[in-house]
Amino acid sequence: MSNLFDLLVAGLATGAIYALVAVGFTLLWQTSQTINFAQGEFVMLPAFLMLAAMHAGAPFWLAIILGILLSMILLGLAFKLLLVDPMMRHGVLPLAIATMALAIGLKEAVKQFFSAEASPFPSILPTGDVSILGHAVALQSIGVLVVAIFAVIGLTTLLNRTSLGHQMQAAAQNPTVARIIGVPVERMILLTFLINAFLVALASLLITPIYLAKFSSGEVLGQAAFIAAIVGGFNQVRGAIAGGLLIGVLDNLAAAYVSTQYRAAVPMIFLIAVILFRPQGLLGRAEERTV
Amino acid sequence: MSGFARPLKIALGLAVIAALIIVPMNFNRYGLFILSQWAVMSIAAMGLNLTLGYAGQVSLAQGAFVGIGAYASAIMTTHGWPLPAAIVVAIALSFAVGWVLGYPALRVQHHYLAFVTLAFSTLAFLVFRNESWLTGGIYGISNIPRPHVFGLATNKPLPFYYVCLGSLAIVSVAVWWLIRSPWGRAFMALRENPLRAQSLGIDTRRYTLMAFAIGSALGGVAGALYAPLTQYIDPVPFNLSLSLDLLMMVIVGGAGFYFGPFLGAMIAVLLPEWLRFTEGYYLMLYAVAVMLLLIWSPTGILGILDRYLAERRTKAASALRAVAKSRLETAQ
Repeated sequence: MSNLFDLLVAGLATGAIYALVAVGFTLLWQTSQTINFAQGEFVMLPAFLMLAAMHAGAPFWLAIILGILLSMILLGLAFKLLLVDPMMRHGVLPLAIATMALAIGLKEAVKQFFSAEASPFPSILPTGDVSILGHAVALQSIGVLVVAIFAVIGLTTLLNRTSLGHQMQAAAQNPTVARIIGVPVERMILLTFLINAFLVALASLLITPIYLAKFSSGEVLGQAAFIAAIVGGFNQVRGAIAGGLLIGVLDNLAAAYVSTQYRAAVPMIFLIAVILFRPQGLLGRAEERTV
Repeated sequence: MSGFARPLKIALGLAVIAALIIVPMNFNRYGLFILSQWAVMSIAAMGLNLTLGYAGQVSLAQGAFVGIGAYASAIMTTHGWPLPAAIVVAIALSFAVGWVLGYPALRVQHHYLAFVTLAFSTLAFLVFRNESWLTGGIYGISNIPRPHVFGLATNKPLPFYYVCLGSLAIVSVAVWWLIRSPWGRAFMALRENPLRAQSLGIDTRRYTLMAFAIGSALGGVAGALYAPLTQYIDPVPFNLSLSLDLLMMVIVGGAGFYFGPFLGAMIAVLLPEWLRFTEGYYLMLYAVAVMLLLIWSPTGILGILDRYLAERRTKAASALRAVAKSRLETAQ
């Protein structure tokens, strides 16, 4: 049973990263009905932007700032203006397909312009172990968890406690009425895209030291975040957080207790069960069906 | 597409068919392989177009059905069964699994349905990879024989291309007939307005399941041909990205248009090959091309044509109206 504690900690740490990515995913869905199939690649890219900045001679801290800023410009602003805006009126599906194409494009661009090999990435967190309740716990796991928790608290405070957050929620829930009462809906939508870009850059910074920077690393992560978002509740930020943590823990437990071959099946079966028996997600509101 | 005169349409169709038969005769092995792949993927995309384009049910599992068909065909033909028998089994198996997968569609719609089918797709991949007693696991199944058709061996690329093309022709005719039958109309009613369809006495439950099952069965047919085409299968080609690719083909070609899947498969299979001369950049350019196309026309390639024809008809109609009006005025 000593194993269980370690698994839980490791699971929560991965889950916290999933949660960051899943939160961004649900934000985009809520404000602009974008199902972003490139979300995993969005996490992969910032690490390479930071690596590129370091190759150009920037120190690590500067590379991080540059990487986050560039991500917000490319994955936030440019993504919204060039791809989402022209397609938003035409329904969910064409836009979802376009993001699939974007995922291919991002992967190939990194492979071509950077490297097809995995590159090591420096960690912002201290390495080593610390003893908690007689268990050796990696400082990195704790660090990831703490950073992710602070990010999530910051975001929920922004959304629930500030006027800006209330305007964003209004823009997401009912754009027409929000516009009537004077909420700059367009600017709020842009803001969610920027927040998403910031969150994926943060996730990139946290996860890349553990799994190395590789052009294809977004695939697994994107899918996990995707499942986390749905399991938790597609239309709720706190649902995405819960879903992320749950999937992270489930993933780690499945790796240990279910056969390694079918470990990936556990979240999937869980996903199917949730959709069939509680389609609004564990913490989500029921969406009104159009028919 | 009803803007062209009928004889023109028939002539165009015949020319395309003739070109598909004659032009590849001088192609090399690789060219024929790519073209055969186009035919096979067109079949799978046509199945998805039935489910998605006509019946309006989003499925991200078509690749899994291609896999099911491919494994059924590979296992049976390597054990000495003829390919037609394998195709029948592939159809029956995909139809049955597709029917069962349709049940969630009765409960949830749109993106939720997409997620259920996505999860199914991943589960199917895991079964292909892990049940090595049946599927050969990661080592796959090799030496898949190609069939004899009317006593002729199709081991060479050209004869087997004709097998693929012939199968595509049969499926095309069957689908053409299906979407013009009352069933096809019921599918479209399901897409346009399920509530009204039900109030008109259409059994929406049964037709939803049917749309899934028939679309999946065509995926099975494509898979059953894919196995002898590559003569070796392993789980990798049947992962989630095949399902996503097929979905991309349907949307890019034009969902709900009869000819959409042919064009979509052409873009997805042939465009990357044409762009090969750019070496490392070809998939990047392909991705950019798909995005630009969708920004330009979210309804796909045939959406552009459709808009153009509709515009021309409106212009022609308003010109007629103007003439009629001036005549009326001069008569007064």
